[in-house]
Amino acid sequence: MSLFDYTIKELEEKLHNKEITVQDLVDESYNRIKEVDGEVHAFLTLNEEEARARAKELDESPDAAAALFGMPAGIKDNIMTKGLRTTCASQFLDNFEDPLYDATVMEKLAKEKPVTIGKLNMDEFAMGSSNENSSYEPTRNPWNTDYVPGGSSGGSAASVAAGEVLFSLGSDTGGSIRQPAAFCGVVGMKPTYGRVSRFGLVAFASSLDQIGPITRTVEDNARVLEIIAGHDKMDATSANVEVPKYTDALTNDVKGLKIAVPKEYLAEGVNPEVKEAVMNALKVYESLGATWEEVSLTHSKYAVATYYLLSSSEASANLARFDGVRYGVRSENADNMIDMFKKSRSEGFGDEVKRRIMLGTFALSSGYYDAYYKKAQKVRTLIKNDFDKIFEDYDVVLGPTTPTPAFKVGEKIDDPLTMYANDILTIPVNLAGVPGISVPCGFSEEGLPIGLQIIGKHFDESTVYRTAHAFEKATDYHTKRPQDLGGAK
Amino acid sequence: MADISKEQVKHVAHLARLAVTEEEVEQLTKDLGAIIDYAEQLNELDTDNVEPTTHVMDIKNVMRKDESREWITQEDALKNAPDQKDGQFRVPSILE
Amino acid sequence: MNFETIIGLEVHVELKTQSKIFSPSVNAFGSEPNTNVNPIDLGYPGTLPILNEEAVNFAMKAAMALNCEIATDTKFDRKNYFYPDNPKAYQISQFDQPIGENGWIEIEVNGKKKKIGITRLHLEEDAGKLTHGDDGYSYVDFNRQGTPLIEIVSEPDMRSPEEAYAYLEKLKNIIQYTGVSDVKMQEGSLRCDANISLRPIGQEEFGTKTELKNLNSFNFVQKGLEFEEKRQEKVLLSGGEILQETRRYDEKTKETILMRVKEGSDDYRYFPEPDLIPLYIDEAWKERIRAEIPELPDARRERYVKELGLSEYDANVLTSSKEMADFFEEAVSNGADVKQASNWLMGEVSAYMNKYYKELHDLAITPEALAKMIKLIEDGTISSKIAKKVFAELVDNGGDPEKIVKEKGLVQISDPEQLKEIVNNVLDENEQSITDYKAGKGKALGFLVGQIMKETKGQANPPMVNKILKEEIEKR
Repeated sequence: MSLFDYTIKELEEKLHNKEITVQDLVDESYNRIKEVDGEVHAFLTLNEEEARARAKELDESPDAAAALFGMPAGIKDNIMTKGLRTTCASQFLDNFEDPLYDATVMEKLAKEKPVTIGKLNMDEFAMGSSNENSSYEPTRNPWNTDYVPGGSSGGSAASVAAGEVLFSLGSDTGGSIRQPAAFCGVVGMKPTYGRVSRFGLVAFASSLDQIGPITRTVEDNARVLEIIAGHDKMDATSANVEVPKYTDALTNDVKGLKIAVPKEYLAEGVNPEVKEAVMNALKVYESLGATWEEVSLTHSKYAVATYYLLSSSEASANLARFDGVRYGVRSENADNMIDMFKKSRSEGFGDEVKRRIMLGTFALSSGYYDAYYKKAQKVRTLIKNDFDKIFEDYDVVLGPTTPTPAFKVGEKIDDPLTMYANDILTIPVNLAGVPGISVPCGFSEEGLPIGLQIIGKHFDESTVYRTAHAFEKATDYHTKRPQDLGGAK
Repeated sequence: MADISKEQVKHVAHLARLAVTEEEVEQLTKDLGAIIDYAEQLNELDTDNVEPTTHVMDIKNVMRKDESREWITQEDALKNAPDQKDGQFRVPSILE
Repeated sequence: MNFETIIGLEVHVELKTQSKIFSPSVNAFGSEPNTNVNPIDLGYPGTLPILNEEAVNFAMKAAMALNCEIATDTKFDRKNYFYPDNPKAYQISQFDQPIGENGWIEIEVNGKKKKIGITRLHLEEDAGKLTHGDDGYSYVDFNRQGTPLIEIVSEPDMRSPEEAYAYLEKLKNIIQYTGVSDVKMQEGSLRCDANISLRPIGQEEFGTKTELKNLNSFNFVQKGLEFEEKRQEKVLLSGGEILQETRRYDEKTKETILMRVKEGSDDYRYFPEPDLIPLYIDEAWKERIRAEIPELPDARRERYVKELGLSEYDANVLTSSKEMADFFEEAVSNGADVKQASNWLMGEVSAYMNKYYKELHDLAITPEALAKMIKLIEDGTISSKIAKKVFAELVDNGGDPEKIVKEKGLVQISDPEQLKEIVNNVLDENEQSITDYKAGKGKALGFLVGQIMKETKGQANPPMVNKILKEEIEKR
């Protein structure tokens, strides 16, 4: 049994009773990384020396008030960490050894004294659903390394699932926390847009990006979110809305909870095993006293097209700053300014990133703006309205996180549209800006995890957590661990 | 049917400051064409009277006070620079 | 064929807020390169803009002073283009909802007044500074990146380079009064691009325009436009065609030189800035800013003529800068005679400033001191001549005129007995002059007065000297 099979609360108690030390926790991390990361490839950069020194320091000055005291954490590599290399899994930032500042979430975490174990693999600049777009060795699914871990926060989900860290931070623009959480059998939360500061998150699509925690349990997840959430003066889009204590919302009581199940979320294209797992979850909720009804998210079928136009357009501008002037890798083959821009960018970016920059540049270009970008913004309004309407009558929306369990490495990489379609159930949530969580709700015949998605009202993460927690308490999916790692295979 | 030509792809690549080989142009023309085709489905929707959404949150006037603060040094500013000289970032000349 | 010249100007003005528009870096001119920068200014990944409220206030103030309508709903947009001094590769600007629209200012050329329309005024961020080395490299300093900037676009209402000059003078004057900018062209806090085209007189449609850039003074704007006016006329008369191009004015050759021909319009791919929240400017906010706008130059000038009785010319000169006008009014309110104060400011004070390239605030003299000095002249304590000495002291070292007069013994000698004695001493030594005078040589009197002044170091009261001198000569 791993130390990371305990919850933060349990580990806190063990630390308090001196059964374990922070150094034990950090040892656990690095030992496990040595054991399995050669297969999983969850980490891009390790912070070992710093982390061990920090652990020693923490052991010498215990602080019971720090909510994450000594807890080993992994950070997605698109979150800026002062003094710690941050690459976004891109060759362009391969030499970005010191980003000069900490993201707001890192500052907030630091107050609660966790230990940063390292930076986590991802699809380059968070563009992808399988981690195959990492410009380094792509992360593999700990449950079966022939399969993808999902993306873009593949390293964040895989590192938690493989027991390399206790919790991780990911980012979610169209499903990038929830989809890998579902594929790796862990808990991943995408908070309401504006709930968590984006300052220091390398922007992919500014109007959709959110940082969120990935953990093994709902309780741990709630604890991490209540730390990183909250208003930030450095982010104009961060909401000045009070952050409730999410851990207090875990009452295990869902009696009378009104659940909406969009028929589009169980339509054709959704794998029967996934459908069955979700139906079983609904039965669990019924048994706990909740009710559910079928509803319609009328415009959800347009979500993928809307999302790709909007996110690529924003990305085309957000990624323009990677020009080789102030940081990053400048092409050595350029003798004039335009060449420097073009060659640095072309040599530094991978195919998918280029594809999206191209799409976004096109959608914003003269003569096409209204037909593509503006049109997509309008459809976004319709999708958001669908959710608003449902939430007039229901507390949460529930469905699968993904249409299928994890797919095989290489299976979809050559077909962008099929790859994009994999995010059909997570994307509408980002477009509407509402919170959504993925929790384990079963396994496929091949032994791959299946995720249940619970979507809430704006700023109502409490209800989402309460709903997810009740399910977790009534089931044991979250206690299952990948077995074949570490040389057994 | 939305079609995107190779010429357009080259123009867009130039706007985005991406160097593309003929092969890449070929591939991108195909890929973008397919994605744009797919995006055409949005035209099934009548959105004449729909407001576009830029921000999902309905808030206004988020501003800061006019106060300055020290943050990084000149050395920090140039720390990650691919090329620098005399406190400035150095780049190839604009001329060919 | 005769042509009509059409000119429109785009003026950029840097706002003198304490910090930058989207980051808390100091907004200052002339620092060591890359010292007034932070990760936001450098376009570091993950950074976000945070709007400086004062930049919005300043832009509103300028827009109101230029008679613009102020937007109620406004927002920022990204303008995308790659350049080494543009760190995000997009400039945060305003596209379709500028903060001000439909303004105007009135200019006067050759005694004729004319309104020039202002299409729009919008708020944006300045770029860094790119300089070209002679080593085949270019260098970037990001200190200027993020300085708040307003862009003021005029209607194509000007019909001559002279009008363009007058427009710029007036614009600068008004903005300077609002206090939102230093409007110093030599420091780049005011920059101007000019569009010019010609059309046959009577033709409705505009001709193809060229754009002039790198205009480093109002003078060069006028000269560049004059050159371009003639160049275009020549091209058109010889049956040629004007190309849509960007040209720069070369100060040495006094010619405009082609920079680049524009191919279609640039595709900036504007879209709403998702990192910034839209602005809603309600009436209360607008009123608060309106109340802060001081009396503007036109209103002041009118008041000086109507209420203070100054000539149009004097009123014009005094209101040409707010500092001058404020100084003048303060001197007057401290009891200085209106005409005297005006004369001193336009005369000695201006001459000193021009000679030493100084501005009013660089001088040690205060409005109170000037007023006091003028009063000392009026009450006969000092002569106008002595006043120049007092002024020389005041302008360099400041201080209280009364004290200076006392300490330096500059008080005018007006005691008849004392003067009589001095006069007689001089007469005793210049018998010949008395004879000359009596023989009708008027010049002799002047010589005697000069001698008396020399004797008294210029402090003798001149009218009294004249009177007593004549009396004493008569007695001999």
